[in-house]
Amino acid sequence: MMNLPVGIQSFLKETGEISRFSWRFFKEGFSPRFELSEFIRQCFVLGYKSLPLVGLTAFIIGLVLTMQLRPTMEYYGVEVQIPAMVGVAIFREIGPILTALIFAGKIGSSIGAELGSMKVTEQIDAMEVSGTNPFKYLVVTRTLATTLMLPILTIIADAIALIGAYLGENIYDTLPFNLFFRKVFLNLAYIDLIPAFIKTFFFGFAVGIIGCFKGYFTDKGTEGVGKAANSSVVVSSVMIFLIDLVAVQIADLFQR
Amino acid sequence: MKDTILRISHLYKSFGSNQVLADFNLELQKGENLVVLGKSGSGKSVLIKCVIGLIEPDEGSIEVLGQDILAMDHEELDRLRVRVGFLFQSNALYDSMTVRENLEFPLRRRYIRNSDTDCDALVMEALANVGLEHTIDMMPVELSGGMRKRIALARTLILKPDIILYDEPTTGLDPITSLEIISLINMIREKYGTSSIIISHDMRCVKLTADRIAVLLDGRCFATGNYEQLSQIHDDRIHPFFN
Repeated sequence: MMNLPVGIQSFLKETGEISRFSWRFFKEGFSPRFELSEFIRQCFVLGYKSLPLVGLTAFIIGLVLTMQLRPTMEYYGVEVQIPAMVGVAIFREIGPILTALIFAGKIGSSIGAELGSMKVTEQIDAMEVSGTNPFKYLVVTRTLATTLMLPILTIIADAIALIGAYLGENIYDTLPFNLFFRKVFLNLAYIDLIPAFIKTFFFGFAVGIIGCFKGYFTDKGTEGVGKAANSSVVVSSVMIFLIDLVAVQIADLFQR
Repeated sequence: MKDTILRISHLYKSFGSNQVLADFNLELQKGENLVVLGKSGSGKSVLIKCVIGLIEPDEGSIEVLGQDILAMDHEELDRLRVRVGFLFQSNALYDSMTVRENLEFPLRRRYIRNSDTDCDALVMEALANVGLEHTIDMMPVELSGGMRKRIALARTLILKPDIILYDEPTTGLDPITSLEIISLINMIREKYGTSSIIISHDMRCVKLTADRIAVLLDGRCFATGNYEQLSQIHDDRIHPFFN
């Protein structure tokens, strides 16, 4: 350990600390007292309020993806396969990963900044002094909310992206609504949908736990709050890609 | 006969190589306002955070209301904290909550609320004590520094603690607001009979609130006495405070 470069040492140290923080989440998250009302409030704040941004991006991506695919598909004479291709791309990869990255940018940074500012202004200490377990009240509720809300947002984003794709298809061609969606779903199997859905729980957990970790251990005043917000986004985005990489490998095993 | 409500014995705390508290001893009597005086960075805030269990000391014992807090588990500590209020230097009001929600927060956590009426009555009483009933539905960001301090004091007071720990209650306030806070500290002691440890280096606050002063120097309790007694000590490290 002593011979390792400083960067690797600090990476390993942080990985260990995040793992311990996650373990504490499972230990304290499933023992009373449960902060149900705060959890519901967080679901509203983190989930419902992210819907416009997630929906807008999903719509644009669906539209643009279809428009960008068309020239190549036409070149090979398979433009009839555009709905199927767009459907697989959206459900398997683009929907989950795009929603998770948008979520990490919006929610990861807000959790990091909120908890960070609570930390430096002693609000977390005040909570503890008033007999509330701040870990349960702040970390468990937010992480559970992100874990449950991201899969729901992803389903909605997938649906909106398909509507965007349908409009994109109809800019150059005329394809009835029913036929477009029939073509999309005809080429989808459960193995396309289930792993993609399951991994969004892990994405949500990563965004929540990393945002909370960065905020909860903020120091160095307002400068630290900025750093917490920033590194929440960076680390959770990297984690999303790493989880995706592992999830794709596991799903691939089942497909063979 | 003395009625000791808080006893700190042989307390040690260091952060890395920085020894903040070294063999610190102190007692607080029932109904007493005790000021801990010391220069910035001398460990005053660390001391009271050890008393409330926010910081774990390296060695020593802290007995609060007859209970050794260092031997307690989290639940026991939470139960004891109902009886010990803490006024933070930064006020630590919850930004995302209204004044009412800030005051209700300790009540709801402690299950002492029987009904909404009881809760409202306690909130209104606490706000009346600090003269800020009209701010009940305001957000902390809408309040001035002095008002935030008074609301924080009302939140500390709402559980009617036996002991209140004040962390630099007048720091950053103008002289008039500072005097208002000092009056509130004295009023609370008279009205509720609370004992207090007041951390301060504001000598007007020290003079007007202290029954007894403990000087924290080099991590230990260097001297104790009332304002007049300590102002007579001709020590280069104490004298400047009283000059």
